[in-house]
Amino acid sequence: MSADTSGRARPEPIKAVPVRHPGRWVGVAVIAVLVAMFVHMLVTNSAFQWSFMVDEMFRPPIIEGLRGTILLLITSMVIGIGLGIVIAIMRLSPNPVLRGVAWVYTWFFRAVPRLVLAILFGNLGILWSRLEFGLPFDRQIGALFGLHDFEARLFGFSAVDILTGFVAGMLALGLSEAAYMAEIVRAGIQSVDEGQTEAAQALGMSRAQILRRIVLPQAMRVIIPPTGNETIAMLKDTSLVAFVPVSMELFFQLKAVGSRTFQPFPMYVAATLWYLLLTSVLLVGQYYLERHYSKGFGRSGRARQRLRNLTAESGSTTSGTAQ
Amino acid sequence: MTDMTASPQTPAAELMVRAEQVHKSFGPLEVLKGIDLEVRSGEVCCLLGPSGSGKSTFLRCINHLEKIDAGRIWVDGDLIGYRERGGKLYEMRDRDVAAQRRAIGMVFQRFNLFPHMTVLQNVMEAPVLLRQAKKTEAREHAAQLLDRVGLGDKLGAYPGQLSGGQQQRVAIARALAMRPKLMLFDEPTSALDPELVGEVLDTMKDLARDGMTMIVVTHEIGFAREVGDHLVFMDGGVVVEQGDPREVISAPKHERTKAFLAKVL
Ligand SMILES: Nc1ncnc2c1ncn2[C@@H]1O[C@H](COP(=O)(O)OP(=O)(O)OP(=O)(O)O)[C@@H](O)[C@H]1O
Ligand SMILES: [Mg+2]
Repeated sequence: MSADTSGRARPEPIKAVPVRHPGRWVGVAVIAVLVAMFVHMLVTNSAFQWSFMVDEMFRPPIIEGLRGTILLLITSMVIGIGLGIVIAIMRLSPNPVLRGVAWVYTWFFRAVPRLVLAILFGNLGILWSRLEFGLPFDRQIGALFGLHDFEARLFGFSAVDILTGFVAGMLALGLSEAAYMAEIVRAGIQSVDEGQTEAAQALGMSRAQILRRIVLPQAMRVIIPPTGNETIAMLKDTSLVAFVPVSMELFFQLKAVGSRTFQPFPMYVAATLWYLLLTSVLLVGQYYLERHYSKGFGRSGRARQRLRNLTAESGSTTSGTAQ
Repeated sequence: MTDMTASPQTPAAELMVRAEQVHKSFGPLEVLKGIDLEVRSGEVCCLLGPSGSGKSTFLRCINHLEKIDAGRIWVDGDLIGYRERGGKLYEMRDRDVAAQRRAIGMVFQRFNLFPHMTVLQNVMEAPVLLRQAKKTEAREHAAQLLDRVGLGDKLGAYPGQLSGGQQQRVAIARALAMRPKLMLFDEPTSALDPELVGEVLDTMKDLARDGMTMIVVTHEIGFAREVGDHLVFMDGGVVVEQGDPREVISAPKHERTKAFLAKVL
């Protein structure tokens, strides 16, 4: 534009020969050959039994198993994230008792493998036939005062009923996840600038309010990507509950079909495809979550702001003031 | 012992801030070594001093962001951070400390705006959360304040989209939204590009003209001379010299004040 005012002619656009990248073409060729070989094998190798696999992989028991897997994924991640936040906050609390409890919790559940936890939780019924809540040592205390059969139990239920398969598997996975989530949330909280807390304190907000309104929303940006990884890892770990044992689970069901029909291999391929599909769905969810929590930070936040300004200019009132 | 009426040490009513022998150490390092200060209602008190002299620390003691080791601070007649009963001091609960802070606004060198909220949300967050006002009222008040600091057209912007000077003016509006009796400024312009300093100082001048009581840590000698009612020069954790800003700046009595002013003027 300044060229116009100064009267000088605009220089010719650059027409240079671009740098060649012969290496890339070689790479593409090699990859193309490998892919072709792979596809050839998929199509021609009779061990795949594609039509048999497609027939079997959508049958009701498999879909039931799929439902079980998804339910297990959701419940254990809800427990993991919820409890993880609580434990992270305890770890950062000024109260030494809470800090200690949180440390021991993370130490224990990170030390024990999930497979072992799953088996352990599946067998907790051995410890108690009934689960009861009440005064500890009530019989012993009763005996001190000369009372026989003194019991101070508030309520109870049969442990075998509660700790059957699904709940035991859910608890094993969820409690273990909470230990990892606690570390992730703690790192997220600590990544938020100290000045944010100070500014909020100076305004007269309480510790809980600062955490909820100021620190956690900002920590989310740091928390969500690793949480996505945890969710995907959890999806795969749900197959461990076969050891609880839980049968309403995707891999268990596919394997069952495999052994019943003496065709295990196509069912393993079906499992691979199912897990690929579920993981892809999770990745899409993660993308939208990350975008939501990058509000006010970086490019995507800015792009949305431009959009909002445009709508504001075109007559509608400032939508930015809502919420 | 049981006499709970005003002790002879209770400050006079027109004093907004009164600090008495304030001591503060970080580990072995004694940062404040007995600060005495009085700021009357409606007064602008400028705090000057070399880096590390304890200005920020003292300011943070006033709203109890730092706990003092000895001495007393009163704001508007209320002892900060403690309750005195029967000659004994009781630590306040977090909740009561927070309530005291609501009457004291603070503006930081690095703005510390909430980056995940729009400008308007930044300003109305605390009043709404702390139930000082209904949401609609808070929004109206926030928009008014933002208009007053010259940002009436930026309500929907995020802090990251604003210049430093604009961010600092939002921070001032955010503090004002709690309708404080006292405003503390910790070097509000020293993180700004030189051409943006003026707009923030102008906002502060407006505030002073409207009768706000302010304590301002600053290196802006011009601002102190023009707006300040009182100037305090600190060095090494003590008040070296204080008085009318114009007198202290034109004719400093103390060697250390002279040396410092020679450097910044
Ligand atoms: N949280 C802390 N822990 C340990 N030392 C601290 C802490 N805060 C401040 N200090 C020390 O206290 C001294 C006074 O710091 P302060 O920030 O009050 O100085 P200042 O007068 O505001 O200086 P500046 O002009 O550089 O801001 C410095 O030596 C600093 O290192
Ligand atoms: Mg400072």
